[in-house]
Amino acid sequence: MRVRLLQLAHARSGDKGDTANVGLIALRPEWFPLLRREVTIERVTNHFDGVITGAVERFDLPNLNALNFLLHGALDGGGTLSLKTDAQGKVFSTALLRMRIDVPDEEARQLGINPEVTES
Amino acid sequence: MKEIVRVAGGQGFWGDSLDAPRRQVEGGPVDYLMLDYLAEVTMSILQKQKERDPSLGYARDFVDAVESVLPAVTDHGVKIIANAGGVNPPACAAAIRKLAESRSVSEKVKIAVVTGDDLLGRLDELIAAGHSLSNMDTGEPLTTICDRVLSANAYIGSTPIVEGLDRGANIVITGRSTDTALTMAPLRYEFGWRPTDWDRLAAGIVAGHIIECGAQCSGGNCLYDWRSIPDLANVGYPIADGKPDGSFVITKHPGTGGRVSVPSVTEQLVYEMGDPHEYITPDVIADFTSIHLRDAGENRVEVSGVKGHPPTDKLKVSIAYRAGFKAVGSLVYAWPDALDKAKLADRVLRERLDRLGLRFDQILTEYVGHSATHGILVARDAGAGAGNAHSRDIPEVQLRIGVRADDRAAVERFTREIAPLVLNGPPSVTGFAGGRPKVEEIVAYWPALVDKRVVTTSVEIV
Repeated sequence: MRVRLLQLAHARSGDKGDTANVGLIALRPEWFPLLRREVTIERVTNHFDGVITGAVERFDLPNLNALNFLLHGALDGGGTLSLKTDAQGKVFSTALLRMRIDVPDEEARQLGINPEVTES
Repeated sequence: MKEIVRVAGGQGFWGDSLDAPRRQVEGGPVDYLMLDYLAEVTMSILQKQKERDPSLGYARDFVDAVESVLPAVTDHGVKIIANAGGVNPPACAAAIRKLAESRSVSEKVKIAVVTGDDLLGRLDELIAAGHSLSNMDTGEPLTTICDRVLSANAYIGSTPIVEGLDRGANIVITGRSTDTALTMAPLRYEFGWRPTDWDRLAAGIVAGHIIECGAQCSGGNCLYDWRSIPDLANVGYPIADGKPDGSFVITKHPGTGGRVSVPSVTEQLVYEMGDPHEYITPDVIADFTSIHLRDAGENRVEVSGVKGHPPTDKLKVSIAYRAGFKAVGSLVYAWPDALDKAKLADRVLRERLDRLGLRFDQILTEYVGHSATHGILVARDAGAGAGNAHSRDIPEVQLRIGVRADDRAAVERFTREIAPLVLNGPPSVTGFAGGRPKVEEIVAYWPALVDKRVVTTSVEIV
């Protein structure tokens, strides 16, 4: 099934120069291995295609059930140079939570993950 | 030795809640009040103030903060550690001294002033000696912007703060100390940690990272289960209860709002994180992958297991420089077809700027309410067709246009082109009550590294 990261994780983001970081934290510890397997650098790069100009890096923090993504070239120059509303990358967190991943139905059932509630 | 040392965070940046310091000392027992005032660009603002008046250049809010907690300092032994000195720690100390005199508590206030981080007057000397101070992000040498530098400060560590405490100060004022050193230093001092106790020093740094942004670890800006976080109006600021072995508990005063939980603390731990294996400070490199969090009861999170490694032989330098001018203007367009109207206004404005012969380094248009924060992800998410249907029906959209240029006059002219659109552009427009946008000088940030041995800090008791 398709599942939005919003259902599986919470997040906080911040800035360092022109780089935004997004810490993605599993809502339940047992969901962390799924995030680790599915939220790959490649998929996050695709997700932010056209939004950031640089590369994506990922660091794993299994101790916190978290993944830390660095999104380079995310802030239009960053800091005070940037003209963006979100010049300090504060809401890249929820931008990542928009992303969807595929979870095999059987695994989703075992992990207690429900199908996405679609908005009408 | 105390078994627990309570460090209360009372300010997350210059501009944070004015009441927080007082609430932190009145809400229950604390040993230290830690106040962090400095963000990357704050130093340059303070430098500009110092240029206008040599007795300024520090965070003036700090004087009010100290006034609001003075009895706790003079009569109850609470000590204050703050980087409020900005680019002029001695002037900040003089202001606090004057305050103490005016309250007739002069003999009960002993201030330690930490200096040596300010490199502005030494840049030529450093460059001549072969320190390139290249931009850590771009690799460019500092010489490319040398004539535009406003401030230059090395991030310094816990040692001078510990020295100040050791010499009996109950208020320690620094300039560009790292935010985290303000918390780690009192723990190091109280527990007698050696400068090579890497794990404990790293634990103190982690404690500092958690509480340095004020309530952002205790329920503020917390996404996890945000609807259920109680009483944010009375949000409790964080307290780190440190123990000699380096473990500590993050908590807050009873009766305050917000929430300290494993998720709230985890969100703050990952905030502004780079490589979690190497959180580099002047004192120690902390490994954030070693942190263990445990729910230790209501509004209590225990942090343990932190590992640290010896630091590098470099200090980070925060340099601010003039980088042109910018202005941002906005108008609000209403239903129906709010987005289309805003888009037409944007085209009209750009054409007018073009006809005026104005040249900008950048013009950025955003549609607030439609795509300003998540950009094209929104349309991609909804699917193209659904996105269009939605954008036709949105009740309003804010057109937000920013420009940037070296030429102040061009930016100034831009600010005069927004208002006319109300009468001579697309219809259903409002929201110009704020008046003409302001032209701002851009002060940009230049991160660099310098050899540790060229920076000598000193501590003076005043």
